[in-house]
Amino acid sequence: MAVLEFEKNIEELSKKIEEFKFFSREHGVDLASEIERMEAKLQSMKSQAYSNLTPWEKVTLAKLIERPTALDYIERIFTDFIELHGDRSFRDDPSIVSGIGKLNGKAVTIIGQQKGRDTKENLKRNFGMPNPEGYRKALRLMKQAEKFGRPVICFVDTPGAFPGIGAEERGQGEAIARNLMEMANLKVPTVSIVIGEGGSGGALAMAVSDEVWMLENSIYSILSPEGFASILWKDSSRAKEAAGVMKITAEDLKAYGIIDRIIKEPAGGAHKNVDETAENIKKALEEIIPKLCENEIEELLNKRYSKFRSFGEYKE
Amino acid sequence: MFNGLFKKTKYITVSQTPAGSVPKNTSPIENEEEQKPNIPNGMWVKCECCGKAIYKKDLEKHMMVCKDCGKHFRLPALDRINSIIDEESFIEFDKELLSSNPLNFPGYENKLEALKEETGLKEAVITGRGKVNGNELVIGVMDSRFMMGSMGSVVGEKLTRAIEYATYEKLPVVIFTASGGARMQEGMFSLMQMAKVSSALAKHNEAGLLYIPVLTDPTTGGVTASFAMLGDIILAEPGALIGFAGKRVIEQTIKQSLPEGFQTAEFLLEHGFIDAVVSREKLKETLGQILSLHGN
Repeated sequence: MAVLEFEKNIEELSKKIEEFKFFSREHGVDLASEIERMEAKLQSMKSQAYSNLTPWEKVTLAKLIERPTALDYIERIFTDFIELHGDRSFRDDPSIVSGIGKLNGKAVTIIGQQKGRDTKENLKRNFGMPNPEGYRKALRLMKQAEKFGRPVICFVDTPGAFPGIGAEERGQGEAIARNLMEMANLKVPTVSIVIGEGGSGGALAMAVSDEVWMLENSIYSILSPEGFASILWKDSSRAKEAAGVMKITAEDLKAYGIIDRIIKEPAGGAHKNVDETAENIKKALEEIIPKLCENEIEELLNKRYSKFRSFGEYKE
Repeated sequence: MFNGLFKKTKYITVSQTPAGSVPKNTSPIENEEEQKPNIPNGMWVKCECCGKAIYKKDLEKHMMVCKDCGKHFRLPALDRINSIIDEESFIEFDKELLSSNPLNFPGYENKLEALKEETGLKEAVITGRGKVNGNELVIGVMDSRFMMGSMGSVVGEKLTRAIEYATYEKLPVVIFTASGGARMQEGMFSLMQMAKVSSALAKHNEAGLLYIPVLTDPTTGGVTASFAMLGDIILAEPGALIGFAGKRVIEQTIKQSLPEGFQTAEFLLEHGFIDAVVSREKLKETLGQILSLHGN
């Protein structure tokens, strides 16, 4: 498992504890009290380090190759999942997975931006950067959900929509725009969860929802901190500083009201315990979906409209 | 008026900045320095397309289109309104809506102030209602001189209010886009404007009302990925740069250079994403025709 910069001391102490335990077993020496003291220290170091992550440290966690992906959550949260492919127009985009499954026995439509879990899969998944056909597949599944009255659950995890020649030729802008307008008016409950990177318009195209949540250590931003620093300060090496200025953490965006809820991660990040993270998401979904379903559809759409309508700060 | 031109003591200079493009430096101090050697600045401009020197008054008379090569220079929002809207029919909305600094981004307020002074605009979009050849409509016109027409909270709010007004009054909407995309200095507030304006358009659309975006140079990023592409009928000016991702970003990602004519209005027409490329001199007539075909 990857050891991040801010975890180095923790890692060293954990190793030392293991050594002590080994020595104690091998040589029959009683080191129980020392080990206990060290473990207490380790706990406090962990909670200290993990509860005070800087925005940049969260960026690192959000982009970690070990970070659980949409499929990791889908298989833990839903039963009877069947993946459905293709946009019915050009091709199937592997950077978006979508299908139908059951949440607590009730059918829902699930759409997720899917990063690879290793280099090989990343090449197939295009590093989680959808092409227009990916967004059109997502929209097809949303309209299908609307027809059958199924709630829609989106997992958002992308560095951004893919910037390529084919993407432009096939209307990347149009595909994203269409999703924004259709999601604003989709006549079923919608929940979007940013599980890693929420990269700009490419993320928003799956996040105009009744409820928008973020995992504790995920990020949601207008562009990457590197890009931001390079555009505004002509210096991409100031990315760390940009990560702070840009206000891209779950905590900041919850305070602005741009997201509705923060889902807890285990200490050290979602990858330390995928089951626990999935369970946290599942519990939140099981609580909110029935509530959203209680609303008359008109009421739901009005609430959705008012929420997005309220974003922005200006003087009059 | 030509007296001064032929005195030896004065210089006629071709502006260093091509007409219609935004000067790189926007702080007042830098601008002052830049302009010093160019007095009288801007009497002549060099066409960035065919390279010919054009007398500026001539260019303005032809709505900023080069007579020789047909290059469409960027047009300030007020000139656009004057060229499209019937005389004395324009009523401006929300003139006093001003940007704040939601992220407390260093230097943002100063930049806004400097641009207000330089352009005479208060923000990157002007909205209002008026008539095109007698047809009533709500109009939004973006101006690339104001922070590259980027969409912050004010641009999003003014457009949203205009669209909501049009929905309420059952009027068609025409938006002239000219934007580099998101307003970086407003971070996620800027991104959310895409959702906000698109939501307002969804209601306008549901009400069975007509929306026509007219894409002008440049239309990119978050504006392309929202209201620029959501029209019932989409028009564009010849040669306008229109795309989602920036050229440099694409080149860096795919490690190859881009084909000639990539991301132009003509490229989008060929790929089926816009309805027509219409020259500036025909725009008013074309818009009037489309509006009257929709029984307004």
